[in-house]
Amino acid sequence: MKPPSELDTAPPPEVMTDNPVVGIDQTAGNFSYNVDYEFDAGTGLTERTVDYISSVKKEAPWIREFRMNALKTFQSKPMPTHWATRDLENINFDKIRYYLSSGQKPKRTWDEVPDDIKKTFERLGIPEQERKFLAGVEAQFDSEAAYSNIKEIVAKQGVIFANSTEALREHPEIFRKFFGKVIPTGDNKFSALNSAVFSGGSFIYVPKGVKVAQPLQAYFRINAENFGQFERTLIICDEGSEVVYMEGCTAPKFSTSTLHSAVVELVALKGAKIQYITVQNWANNVFNLVTKRGVAHEEAEIKWIDCNIGSRLTMKYPGVVLRGRKARGEVLSIALANDGQHQDTGAKMIHAADETTSNIIAKSISVGQGRSTYRGVVHIPKHLKGCKNNTECDALLINTNSRTDTYPAITVRGDANSVQHEASVSKVSAEQIFYMQQRGLTEAQAMSLSVNGFINDLARQFPMEYSVELKRLIDLEMEGSVG
Amino acid sequence: MSTLTETKSLVGCFTAEMFEAHLASLAHLPAWWLERKRAAFARYTTLPMPARTDESWRFSNLGSLTLDGFALPAPAPAAPLPPLGIATAGTLVFSNNRFVAREPLTAELAARGVIFDTLQNALLTHGAQVKAHLLTQSVKQGSEKFSALHTAFLADGAFVYVPRGVTLADPLAVFHGTAGAEAAVFPHTLVIAEENTKATVVDFFRSTDASAQFACGQNDIYASHGAQVTYVAAQNWSRCTLSFQFNSTIARRDAKVLSLNVHLGARQARHESHSQLQAPGAHSEMLALTVAHGTQEFDQRTLQTHQAPNTSSNLLYKNALLGHAKTIFSGLIVVDPDAQKTDAYQSNRNLMLSDDAEANSLPGLEIQANDVRCSHGATTSRIDPELEFYLRSRGIPKAQADELLVFGFFEEVLLKLEHEGLRAALREMIKIKFKN
Repeated sequence: MKPPSELDTAPPPEVMTDNPVVGIDQTAGNFSYNVDYEFDAGTGLTERTVDYISSVKKEAPWIREFRMNALKTFQSKPMPTHWATRDLENINFDKIRYYLSSGQKPKRTWDEVPDDIKKTFERLGIPEQERKFLAGVEAQFDSEAAYSNIKEIVAKQGVIFANSTEALREHPEIFRKFFGKVIPTGDNKFSALNSAVFSGGSFIYVPKGVKVAQPLQAYFRINAENFGQFERTLIICDEGSEVVYMEGCTAPKFSTSTLHSAVVELVALKGAKIQYITVQNWANNVFNLVTKRGVAHEEAEIKWIDCNIGSRLTMKYPGVVLRGRKARGEVLSIALANDGQHQDTGAKMIHAADETTSNIIAKSISVGQGRSTYRGVVHIPKHLKGCKNNTECDALLINTNSRTDTYPAITVRGDANSVQHEASVSKVSAEQIFYMQQRGLTEAQAMSLSVNGFINDLARQFPMEYSVELKRLIDLEMEGSVG
Repeated sequence: MSTLTETKSLVGCFTAEMFEAHLASLAHLPAWWLERKRAAFARYTTLPMPARTDESWRFSNLGSLTLDGFALPAPAPAAPLPPLGIATAGTLVFSNNRFVAREPLTAELAARGVIFDTLQNALLTHGAQVKAHLLTQSVKQGSEKFSALHTAFLADGAFVYVPRGVTLADPLAVFHGTAGAEAAVFPHTLVIAEENTKATVVDFFRSTDASAQFACGQNDIYASHGAQVTYVAAQNWSRCTLSFQFNSTIARRDAKVLSLNVHLGARQARHESHSQLQAPGAHSEMLALTVAHGTQEFDQRTLQTHQAPNTSSNLLYKNALLGHAKTIFSGLIVVDPDAQKTDAYQSNRNLMLSDDAEANSLPGLEIQANDVRCSHGATTSRIDPELEFYLRSRGIPKAQADELLVFGFFEEVLLKLEHEGLRAALREMIKIKFKN
């Protein structure tokens, strides 16, 4: 099937300019290779693109309408550069492919993968099979079968775990009610973009009282199709149920696209618990603009664990709307910004019921000319009683030219709530480094041990294999940052 | 037609005719100053009003910002000064933009070269110093338009010059009064402290009646090497006043500046304060106390820029909120790329005394050097019930216990003022506001 906008399916050579901010070449992550996709919506975004996506997916009319409205919203909204970085203006929406479906195997061999990337995989200890997938050599992860029995086990408990297209087609009675309700289309320009062109992502429904024992892992580990630029995730936990969901991986993921814009919606009904873990390590040419929000009903708990290491610019502020009494929200965030990267991350806590509590712990590390930013919102409206928020932001600056910013916004109404916010900025203490060097470590080893110590209390909350990979990854990133 | 209405809304009642008449009344002043005012008025007429999407106006009520319905007031006699209860080294009294009375400096201080005079006199007799420091720092926190308006319509203010090595034991007091409905005033205080000096300057802002007024003031503080300057601004405009106050502080090598702003009056008050730490050893202590009640809105924006290595700053802004009041604190610490060894702190504490009050905090950091110690904290909560319980268990009635606790909350800031008499005078002002 030919794309509507062009007859030639070969992607035009991507022309990436240097990052205007720091003048660093960010083309390193650009793997351009020719792939024949079964379905390709071509470049640029018009009503025809949206129509095309919708018809390829054989969607119900209401979804098509939803997409069309979203497109209008996207086009009418200005770039949020009045508060966000001007780097956003470098996104060229006309050059982006909004929908690709790889029916065929990519024609790229392992030998074509650059050596330094192979080395990175090696250093991180990524399993052989996963390496090939990550490098784009294989369209699908071969050992999918090994993981898919998890899917079978949870299916027996009544858990629905499907991709967005499938879920909306087969279970509209469950998903339609919450779809686009936590994050309305018009929430921001990029949530509107996602609403117009979304594909892939996971839709999960956990029935009443079901506690899913294994963490559900997205992307290659279960569902190859979950991977996408504009994925859409919706997790609904019915009363008293529990689930842990993980996405991403620590290994660098190389994509041909330079824009990733996902929308993730979580709904935790009475007494439910959702833990959502993200590890993001996009290539250094990707704009990663993600909207994530959960609604926690009475006594429910939503916890976001968010770790951002890659990308050129990440803007992501996971939020929790605490709608029911005694609901609890938590965001634990780790960001590492290296040369040419800007990690603009944070959290939003909207208290909308009495006795709700929230906790934000954000740690960032800026290496070289990297820039990390914490941006947060804590909102406690009128006449609520007994709401509490605690926010801690710690930034670590490694080099003399590293940069960090903190921009929290706290609104409290009434005299029955309590909020505290603290932030600190520091560098690795010279004494610590000296002590370790005196014990025989090199300066780089000492530095990396120190940085790992800085995030240790957060990293401990990650599943084992993630925290091990994370530690290795930090060792890798810290290389060459000293001396 | 549409352009006409647009231009009008950008200028409000501060029209070109009004400006020309104002300039004509200042014809005896130096040409460079009149030229600067002309340029400022041109800027004022073209700059837009703050918009909802301006980050520097986030949470502010923009609907109630108005440039209409004010006029340059007629002369008014100075109202009797409230007793300060402290000895001063000198006083200047302004009423409706005009100098009205003074208590001169002692002969000894005058002989040592201290100058405490009106800006108009200083422009004529000490033009060079005034030119170097008067309104030379641009406002960077969102009020460029209102700052331009201030420069354009500034008629008179206080000028303080402390020559090298001189210490003033007692504070210099400046009173700025406003009288009459619709009065628009533009108070200004310029402090130049030369090397190794020590001085305290206090600005009192007050309305002599309860009518709706417009105040747009600014102060410039320049502390040269090793100077120690204490600046206090106590603002008690009428409860219907729309107020803007901008501060620019420059601290040079080893200079120490302490500024304390006490905010009590006005319907809506915007305060912007910018400290520049320009040379090693410079320190700025930025303090504020706000009592917000009724439907008052206090909008405080601060900026600490560390431009050299080994500088420090410490900010503590405390707000007590009653009734339906609203406060906004937005602070930013900026550490320039080579300002290593910066030690900066920023803290905003909000004490909620009503279920209808609203406190907004935006404590920010922008750091581009790594060997620094920077932190900030913001808290918002009610009176600690345990402390209240303790006092009540000792037989103190609730209202009195709360008052004691609120003053305890403010005392931390007041104690940073060295001058005991000044502390007592400010405490008294705050007490009066609480009683009403």
